[in-house]
Amino acid sequence: MYRNQYDSDITTFSPSGRIHQIEYAMEAVKQGGAAVALKSKQYAVLVSLKRSSSELGSYQKKIFVVDDHVGIAISGLTADARMLCNFMRNECSNYNYVYESQIRVERLVTKVADKHQVHTQRYGRRPYGVGLLVAGFDQLGAHIYQTCPSGNFYDYKSISIGSRSQSAKTYLEKHFESFEECTLEQLITHGLRALRETIPNTDDTLNSKNVSIGIVGEGQPFKIIEEADAQPYLNLLENEEPVEMQTN
Amino acid sequence: METLKLSALPEKDKQQPISHGRFEAYVDNGGTVMAVAGKDYCVIAGDTRMSDGGYGIQTRKYTKVFQLTKKCVLATSGMQADTIALQKRLKSMLESFEKEHGKPMSTPAIAQFLSNTLYYKRFFPYYTFNLVAGVDEQGEGWIWTYDAVGSHERVKYSSQGSGNQLVIPLLDNQVAKFNQQIVEGNKDVSCEQVVSFVKDSITSAGERDIYTGDFADIVVVDKNGVHWEKFELKLD
Repeated sequence: MYRNQYDSDITTFSPSGRIHQIEYAMEAVKQGGAAVALKSKQYAVLVSLKRSSSELGSYQKKIFVVDDHVGIAISGLTADARMLCNFMRNECSNYNYVYESQIRVERLVTKVADKHQVHTQRYGRRPYGVGLLVAGFDQLGAHIYQTCPSGNFYDYKSISIGSRSQSAKTYLEKHFESFEECTLEQLITHGLRALRETIPNTDDTLNSKNVSIGIVGEGQPFKIIEEADAQPYLNLLENEEPVEMQTN
Repeated sequence: METLKLSALPEKDKQQPISHGRFEAYVDNGGTVMAVAGKDYCVIAGDTRMSDGGYGIQTRKYTKVFQLTKKCVLATSGMQADTIALQKRLKSMLESFEKEHGKPMSTPAIAQFLSNTLYYKRFFPYYTFNLVAGVDEQGEGWIWTYDAVGSHERVKYSSQGSGNQLVIPLLDNQVAKFNQQIVEGNKDVSCEQVVSFVKDSITSAGERDIYTGDFADIVVVDKNGVHWEKFELKLD
């Protein structure tokens, strides 16, 4: 992207009707580590690739619990993501306090999108440089949403964001019609295969250190599967062997 | 000659303002709660009667014991509205804590947290008389007793509520072994014996206190979790 005359302020439109600052914010999302989201009738699954700054460092957390029925995967500026995560947790907690029930996923995502929008229209405040994949389960079933720094949000059957996500999207487009009837293990396996497409050939493959899985669904509160717990699912990729699923 | 005056009210009332009486923010819905700690367990009991402050019963099924975590319960007597508000507040804060810290709040931390929460409303208190009971990270039984504004103390046994004055002397004598003519000496008591004793105590409170009765929740907290039992009291 080349520099434009009309891109230094969030409050300035370009002659072609675009706000370049928002588009630059969305670039930050595209640079982040890949994340994949997909859903069946009863479950929504998030799978993400964790990055570490060096061999000495730990891997950056990518999936967060928001409430029993909602979790998010992030791509972009992690610090911004933390703020949004806390905001979402507070909103869920407040809603539960007032209405004694869980907030519907679309309603929560709308609040996040509105928060993004405020930062696209006020001088002196930059947009959040992070995109979220929201996985949730409520009375209307399983949901996958994507939020953007622009303030838009999208309802998806499955989606991928972040670095080299186009390869994952290609995989998802080939297989998404079968997701509706998949079991949880099959769904996670699809997610891992899609995620594998995003790794450049020169890098490590998927391993228990750099993969993070989040699941939520009917009777399944949002849970993060990482490190040693993720190994059985990674083995599924290699061996195509069934694994005993822990239910709670 | 007297002139005939037509007026809706007698004359002298026109001079004085009509007195409505102050708005009373608090009501005592009655009931008794008690707890006894063993070495690695706690037994908590709370009756389930809710009165209207007088002779009426509003419900026989209002549970005064509230589970906070897998290792801790809160038993509250006093005003039902404030009790529910306090329980909701604590529950919300505990869930926040768990997300931020990646683990549930420990029982001693909850005890301190309740005290702070109560003192926060020092100048318009929750009309609640609380007992926090549970096991700590090592599995040892703990009980704290509170007043309405958060003054708290860790004890081996306690009771609160309308039947408090009836139950506490019994616990003093039998649990702490105070004032016994023939001193029995300390002997190890099993959880079942303590549960039986607690059932006797709350039954006795129900006999003499009109605000205690109907049913009681007998709750045991140990390292395996929280176990509930419903126990019948008299309905009169």
